[in-house]
Amino acid sequence: MGLAKRIIPCLDVTNGRVVKGVNFLELRDAGDPVEIARRYDEQGADELTFLDITASSDNRGLILHIIEEVASQVFIPLTVGGGVREVEDVRRLLNAGADKVSINTTAVLNPKMVQDAAAKFGSQCIVVAIDAKKVDNQLFEWEVFTHGGRKATGLDAVKWAEYMVSLGAGELLVTSMDRDGTKIGFNNPLNKAISNAVEVPIIASGGVGNLQHLVDGVKEGGADAVLAASIFHYGEYTVRQAKEYMAQHGIEVRL
Amino acid sequence: MSTIDIAVVDYGMGNLRSVSKALEHVAPTKNVVVTSSPDDVAKASRVVFPGQGAMPDCIRELDARGLRAAVLDAAQNKPFLGICIGLQMLFEHSEEGNAAGLGLFKGSVKRFATEDMFDSLGEKLKVPHMGWNQVYQHRATDANQHPLWHGIEDGARFYYVHSYYVQPEDDSIVAGFTHYPNRFTCAVAKDNLFAVQFHPEKSAHAGLQLLSNFVNWAPK
Repeated sequence: MGLAKRIIPCLDVTNGRVVKGVNFLELRDAGDPVEIARRYDEQGADELTFLDITASSDNRGLILHIIEEVASQVFIPLTVGGGVREVEDVRRLLNAGADKVSINTTAVLNPKMVQDAAAKFGSQCIVVAIDAKKVDNQLFEWEVFTHGGRKATGLDAVKWAEYMVSLGAGELLVTSMDRDGTKIGFNNPLNKAISNAVEVPIIASGGVGNLQHLVDGVKEGGADAVLAASIFHYGEYTVRQAKEYMAQHGIEVRL
Repeated sequence: MSTIDIAVVDYGMGNLRSVSKALEHVAPTKNVVVTSSPDDVAKASRVVFPGQGAMPDCIRELDARGLRAAVLDAAQNKPFLGICIGLQMLFEHSEEGNAAGLGLFKGSVKRFATEDMFDSLGEKLKVPHMGWNQVYQHRATDANQHPLWHGIEDGARFYYVHSYYVQPEDDSIVAGFTHYPNRFTCAVAKDNLFAVQFHPEKSAHAGLQLLSNFVNWAPK
């Protein structure tokens, strides 16, 4: 009887194709973003996140065509991130049909860009992605990293989260770099610390290996939404199975 | 110039592509036009009035394009669907920026109280209210269900993203409500007008059903 916790499949896109392999039965072409998006929508995904990991700037524009195509066929919220550097990039993605744009490295290099984008388009469409790692440090427990986890910033992830919300971020996507790809579960203490510190919703990301991890992400990590890639891509679980499991464990979901 | 079946009012506040794409999806034979022209709004058979961002900015931009009169006229005379800030603007006043609205309905727009809001697990509720929540149809019975709820289950989930909600003075216009955690009005209806706080264009099947109902609606 209230707001449902969201399940968000994440698709990595490069040069106009989904990578990391998506394994659906009866899918003709497992790399086609539109087909994959439709399939997740049919399974009951609450939102979709597209991460543009295209290395060369030449092919960056391809993500816009993908979003246009998906947005004309899939009627759930779409978030796009990866390589968003300027307010103009945000505008282009929103015009293509994205509902939210996720800003990561640029938020650290140029926090004013977050503020400008939120002022221009509204906080509801500005997501700040925070990549954090546990550090051995007297001052704080988790540090913000950029450039896909390669560069340390010296910033306290919890304080950084508060600052980003004060500039207008409407939602935070928190990825544990320690957990990403490990399949041992979300970093719930990190998520909980950030969730308690800010008023806006947080999406937990990084480390999901089974459905119990999703439940723990909500119950222990205080996440408002859980993001996962590989458990859905490789057909281990459908989104519906994940939701049914969460419902059985007392979490409100949209079924 | 072909006729305009559905005008989506564009006053420069954000992206209306989702709204127009969803309308085209449910009404492939209709001419859907995203427009900032008062003449187009006046000419159109049906009007959709969306909105995102902050309400004071929305009102300012609406007036900057000379759209106020055309929107108010449409709201009282032809099938009209307000979405999100397009619902909020119909009221007299908003706490957001202490702004005056269009004043079609008595009542005000309030912000969710951030303190003392907890869910069933005891977790603090976040603002904005973002995600899928249940929509209860006000006084829904088989006999008097509003045509725009046709085919939609009472308690169906729709997608929300907002920090403010409307508080109408006149209870008779309430068409639906949602709990977060307290009950708030999420849909109002009067004659030819229907307006919702959630985003039907982003609410999968339930949302498309509501848009389809709107496109086929013949208010008495």
